Amino acid sequence: MMRSSQPLTGTNGRRCKEDEKLINATLRPGKRGYIIDTRSLNIAQQARAKGGGFEQEAHYPQWRRIHKCIERFNILQESLIKLVEACNDQSHNMDRWLSKLEASNWLTHIKEILTAACLAAQCIDREGASVLVHGTEGTDSTLQVTSLAQIILDPRCRTIHGFESLVVREWLQAGHPFQQRCAQSAYSNSKQKWEAPVFLLFLDCVWQILRQFPCSFEFNEQFLIMLFEHAYASQFGTFLGNNENERSKLKLPQKTMSLWSWVNRSEELSKFQNPLFEANSLVIWPSVAPQSLQLWEGVFLRWNRPSKFLDEAHEEMINIIKYN
Amino acid sequence: VENVRLLDRLSSRKAALGTLYLTATHVIFVENVSETRKETWVLHSQISSIEKQATTATGCPLLIRCKNFQVIQLVIPQERDCHDVYISLIRLARPVKYEELYCFSFNPKLDKEEREQGWKLVDLSEEYNRMGIPNNYWQISDVNRDYGVCDSYPTEVYVPKSATAHIIVGSSKFRSRRRFPALSYYCKDNNASICRSSQPLSGFSARCLEDEQMLQAIRKANPGSDFIYVVDTRPKLNAMANRAAGKGYENEDNYSNIKFQFIGIENIHVMRNSLQKMLEVCELKSPSMSDFLWGLENSGWLKHIKAIMDAGIFIAKAVAEEGVSVLVHCSDGSDRTAQVCSVASLLLDPYYRTMKGFMVLIEKDWVSFGHKFNHRYGNLDGDPKEISPVIDQFIECVWQLMEQFPCAFEFNERFLIHIQHHIYSCQFGNFLCNSQKERRELKIQERTYSLWAHLWKNRCDYLNPLYRSDHSQTQGTLRPQMAPCNFLYKFWSGMYNRFEKGLHPRQSVTDYLMAVKEETQQLEEELEVLGERLANLQKSQLNGNKVKSEQQDQSKQFGLSTSNNSLANTPQEYSNDLKSFPSRSPSQGDEEDSALILTQDNLKSSDPDLSANSDQESGVEDLSCRSPSGGGCLPSEDSGKDSDEAVFLA
Repeated sequence: MMRSSQPLTGTNGRRCKEDEKLINATLRPGKRGYIIDTRSLNIAQQARAKGGGFEQEAHYPQWRRIHKCIERFNILQESLIKLVEACNDQSHNMDRWLSKLEASNWLTHIKEILTAACLAAQCIDREGASVLVHGTEGTDSTLQVTSLAQIILDPRCRTIHGFESLVVREWLQAGHPFQQRCAQSAYSNSKQKWEAPVFLLFLDCVWQILRQFPCSFEFNEQFLIMLFEHAYASQFGTFLGNNENERSKLKLPQKTMSLWSWVNRSEELSKFQNPLFEANSLVIWPSVAPQSLQLWEGVFLRWNRPSKFLDEAHEEMINIIKYN
Repeated sequence: VENVRLLDRLSSRKAALGTLYLTATHVIFVENVSETRKETWVLHSQISSIEKQATTATGCPLLIRCKNFQVIQLVIPQERDCHDVYISLIRLARPVKYEELYCFSFNPKLDKEEREQGWKLVDLSEEYNRMGIPNNYWQISDVNRDYGVCDSYPTEVYVPKSATAHIIVGSSKFRSRRRFPALSYYCKDNNASICRSSQPLSGFSARCLEDEQMLQAIRKANPGSDFIYVVDTRPKLNAMANRAAGKGYENEDNYSNIKFQFIGIENIHVMRNSLQKMLEVCELKSPSMSDFLWGLENSGWLKHIKAIMDAGIFIAKAVAEEGVSVLVHCSDGSDRTAQVCSVASLLLDPYYRTMKGFMVLIEKDWVSFGHKFNHRYGNLDGDPKEISPVIDQFIECVWQLMEQFPCAFEFNERFLIHIQHHIYSCQFGNFLCNSQKERRELKIQERTYSLWAHLWKNRCDYLNPLYRSDHSQTQGTLRPQMAPCNFLYKFWSGMYNRFEKGLHPRQSVTDYLMAVKEETQQLEEELEVLGERLANLQKSQLNGNKVKSEQQDQSKQFGLSTSNNSLANTPQEYSNDLKSFPSRSPSQGDEEDSALILTQDNLKSSDPDLSANSDQESGVEDLSCRSPSGGGCLPSEDSGKDSDEAVFLA
């Protein structure tokens, strides 16, 4: 599986032999490849007017292009704001809750992203085909798809260290612009142009899969919530900056502590371990039916509902397993 | 009928070819695939509706919807056969006499005494004793011993000490269907009680001295409070409309020391429609998130569940926190009243959250108090307007509580689902007819078997691993959060999408924890045995005797993961426009492979005889895949069976 940004075909339908050679080199003998474009066909076509575009079938004959539209930018930020508002609504009123939840579209985004990731994984696992994923910049929806696909396919990504590596590789090194995206979160008064909860959506998708396969992850929900928090505000330097270049220029490795160095200490790690974890070598396929996707209460209802009883249940679970 | 196809509702790819059988009690589909010959059994009693759809090139589709929310889509090649099946099923699914029901032919191979014992498992007089009755304030009354006062009440009713037979009889004449105020729950800590009845026949101005005295008697039975609540679970408008028909509700002016309260739970017709709408949402093919959420909200289902729960919370609060007795009624006193009283009891008393206690609760507030099972759940063919998911809603309230209080219940979700299944299945005699009187006339206990005994026998399947009787959650009253709380009510896919396994979490936390607990128990037992052996060895070494070697049972397999791996390995439907995906992964082999048994190296007591043969692709066998119906017993609640398990009727 590879990722990139959009090809600069422009309105003239430019081609680039080197680009074609590069991605053709990943094809397995006798197999074709799939290009998963995270924009709708319309948007991909419109991109040509600004110098961007998509891979022409004629130039990439061994590749089949699939468009799986995933939303971006302010639409996602609006979605988050609406969701948080709905969750904070103090009225008893059952009547409006579900329609408010629906109006936020948050779960729709989750469904879209997971579906695209599952498709990418299917291409690889079921067809043995190579996959190239890109959107416009290759820094947002692209990364959601590639990282989730790996979680589906590769059991190592479901271990704590494997997941940490995944985040480092697919988000930090791949250049997801954390500083722009995680500027202010849901309560900000001013609307930052480039802000969007892309990483949070990714973590939410991971949580959805975790919920469906509770024995397949070495880490627990708290681990994901911790990462969410540190992406937005942290005493560690890991999520600062927009890419490796900036982090290096800012001399972050010299001036700040890494989140991982703290998290991986055994006292800390023990809080994030999933007592139900049983290593398996399965490919796990989540269901994307609406009934299977739920609101991530641990994040969105965290301050609105008592967690006492759920905490007790979790403790009891740990006791049962520890005693064994 | 041969060459019938059974379609998978979720995946259009997976149609099974097989033979369809109709018997006196079941519809059975047997797959042609020779190795597995997977069977799907459906009881006629479970069939809610049958729809014959337009004939296509592939055959005649027949859609069977069941009361346990299973939906079966068949395609029958010949139109003539399809029509025959359709007509037969219509007749079979609408029995006219009780004797046609499955419970009268079901034979679990128990002798007469076992059958009797099964019926004695739940004893209501024991239950009222447990509550602390009879005592200074409450007594048992035999005024209804021949059902002479109220034919839908049990022969044994519990009433306040100061309620004489005269008062009871007088009050019954002033209540709809003669259902006079009687005790449902007594709280011995503070003498507050929950009583239930039907609506008074008050019209606009009628009064009845005995009925007023009855309510006073209830109040006097609780010296700690100088008033009682009277809770009408209907919307105010409906209750008022009833006055025009000579019925209605209690006027605070006429009844001394009552505080009257409407709670506003909708009637059986509204609930029936609500469920219908929700099921339509469940049947949507590939719905979007919006379709689903809109559809769910539009059905109003969760709103109704919350209304019932809120009523139960109000009553529980009145009893536990205010120490005030409550009289609950609706119209008939057998639907909403039953729901609300049993929810309140569940919140108040931890006993009802145990497995046995829950059976007792249903027996008390639903069975003995004359809930109209036959009418509501269509044992026999009857008026479709009487059908309504009343007990289903109560069962869902329990599930919602289980989600909020995971450690508070001794039983698990499967217990609830199987009870619901059997209310409709008529495989056991507990939920037949509309009253105790009718059941006794039919001699149900001599001619059928009790569900409670069956569930009790299989109770290991129904335990909640997180339950501990000494846990803080299991003590005392449960207090669900009142507000904000709308988001606390979730869609119960385990019930309404029960048979669509792909939609549920593919690994069950409950099953995993149960397996761990079982293993712990086995380890403890082994530890004991080894301890004894060690002691013996030490003793015989001292005595210089030969050491006896003991055979030990090494046959346990300790794969703990209970994931259904063939399901985990199966991609769900991700795209409707991509046709070229094969259904099998070259790297993963046959989807239908049942996983090998795997011993895990990190388990302390791995069987030394089995090598760690880790098959890289397959996971671990489902350790606890016991059929919920128990060995030897007939068609499981999940209606899919091995042919090996097929037991033929005597």
